[in-house]
Amino acid sequence: MSELIADLQRSRIEKLLASGKRLDGRHLEEPRELRIEKGLVKTAEGSARVHLGKTDVLVGVKISIGTPYPDTPNSGVLTTSVELVPMASPTFETGPPRPDSVELARVVDRGIRESKTINMDKMCIVPGEKVWMLYLDIHALDYDGNLFDAASYGAVAALTSAILPASKIAEVDRPLPVDHIPVSVTCAKIGDVIVVDPALAEEGIADARLTVTTDENGDIRAMQKGLNGSFSYDEVKRVIGLSQKVGRQIRETIVR
Amino acid sequence: MEDIEHLEKGMKLIDEKGKRIDGRRPDELRPVSIEAGVLHRADGSAYVQWGNNKVLAAVYGPREAHPRHLQKPTRALVQCRYNMAPFSVTDRKRPGPDRRSTEISKVISEAFSSQIFLEQFPRTSVDVYMEVLQADAGTRCAAITAASVAIADAGIPMRDLVVGCASGKVSGVVVLDLNKEEDNYGEADVPMAVAPRTGQLVLLQMDGHLTATEFEKAMDYSIAAAHKIYELQKDALRRRYSVSLEELRAKEPNMPPEPEEAPKYDVYHDDEPGVVE
Repeated sequence: MSELIADLQRSRIEKLLASGKRLDGRHLEEPRELRIEKGLVKTAEGSARVHLGKTDVLVGVKISIGTPYPDTPNSGVLTTSVELVPMASPTFETGPPRPDSVELARVVDRGIRESKTINMDKMCIVPGEKVWMLYLDIHALDYDGNLFDAASYGAVAALTSAILPASKIAEVDRPLPVDHIPVSVTCAKIGDVIVVDPALAEEGIADARLTVTTDENGDIRAMQKGLNGSFSYDEVKRVIGLSQKVGRQIRETIVR
Repeated sequence: MEDIEHLEKGMKLIDEKGKRIDGRRPDELRPVSIEAGVLHRADGSAYVQWGNNKVLAAVYGPREAHPRHLQKPTRALVQCRYNMAPFSVTDRKRPGPDRRSTEISKVISEAFSSQIFLEQFPRTSVDVYMEVLQADAGTRCAAITAASVAIADAGIPMRDLVVGCASGKVSGVVVLDLNKEEDNYGEADVPMAVAPRTGQLVLLQMDGHLTATEFEKAMDYSIAAAHKIYELQKDALRRRYSVSLEELRAKEPNMPPEPEEAPKYDVYHDDEPGVVE
């Protein structure tokens, strides 16, 4: 995900940030406009397309019946994968998943798993034999920065729109029970300025990145620091505060 | 699923009145809609909804060809990638290329190679990415149709747009544009891609069983349908690029006012308004 940013643009962004402004006119603590369309893909049990500014991600949920892992015989299985298809950016290439997309998938997965979005124990059909398998497939379509949040919102929104195909076990199809709505908020640190929801150019010149996933109570469920730079103790606390604050507004859009 | 179980018990795919299971006549297309310029990062893009198929195409290039050893010193390469999203089909598809999508990617690359003016861009590559988001038979034809509009949207010169359209045979009848049930339980499938201006076939595959006469009919159906879809492609591009004089005036306040009477000004090319005709 290394994008080339012109020196000219870098200095412009830095100059603006010094006076508390951003290239696209946002405040430092303001995420881009979030639009979510649910149920676009009929072949999937659940789906959501997320537009976070110009970043565009499509997430599908496929649900089938399979066997549980031996160490969790009473739990369903949740698998998250990300395809950074070369359509989304001139820097994305074909081939096996690169570390970028593996990290992205794991961070999204962690937010959902740790917040117990879906109670996986309820996804058991016959203990040790038959469980529901949930596949979350994240397809990046247009990359304009901050795929972490866009993918995470898409994944949670797709789950809220999903129908459990219970007719396969002679029950009535019903909405997938979603217990919690985790919201991830990513901040980037450029110099000593922290911005919420970095756009492509901001991400490209960022020194460090911190993703914090919070639940309805504002409790932290997952975190991931990225890039080569570092955060101070106080900066981490600030980012957590921002994540709680921004997360509340975003949660409403996801549930809607 | 219920429908399919009926079919397996030998339900007919064509009824007594000659109508197909989705109510179409044998020579009738599913509804097709095309939109150009739907993505921001790509140099060109298009979205096609074709019945229950949803396909997105993006084009990058002409750009430096990778891997390097594939570069052609005298012309551009066309590298297409047809990919199905894991959630685009009923049973989840494992992500990544398989033998089927590798073959489709190859024949689509070849189809476009005949129509793009490759000799104008030596050592480069035109990269075409097609993502099937929802599949219902005929995805490669929908993908070609979308890719063709995306290539035009990227401003890459072509001899003609390319249109994909399949025909086949179900319950003994030659039909145009098979849907999923017809594809699964039909007797033949002939995906085709046509350059409508010259009538050249740039992609042709077939599986199943057809007599020579039936094949000819299938081909006639596809070519006639291609001309209809060709108009939709051109319309999508016009909608993307045509600008009304009012919009242009709103954007360019210094444009000279339109005169009361003829002569008309060519507002697109000259600083000094030139007289057209």
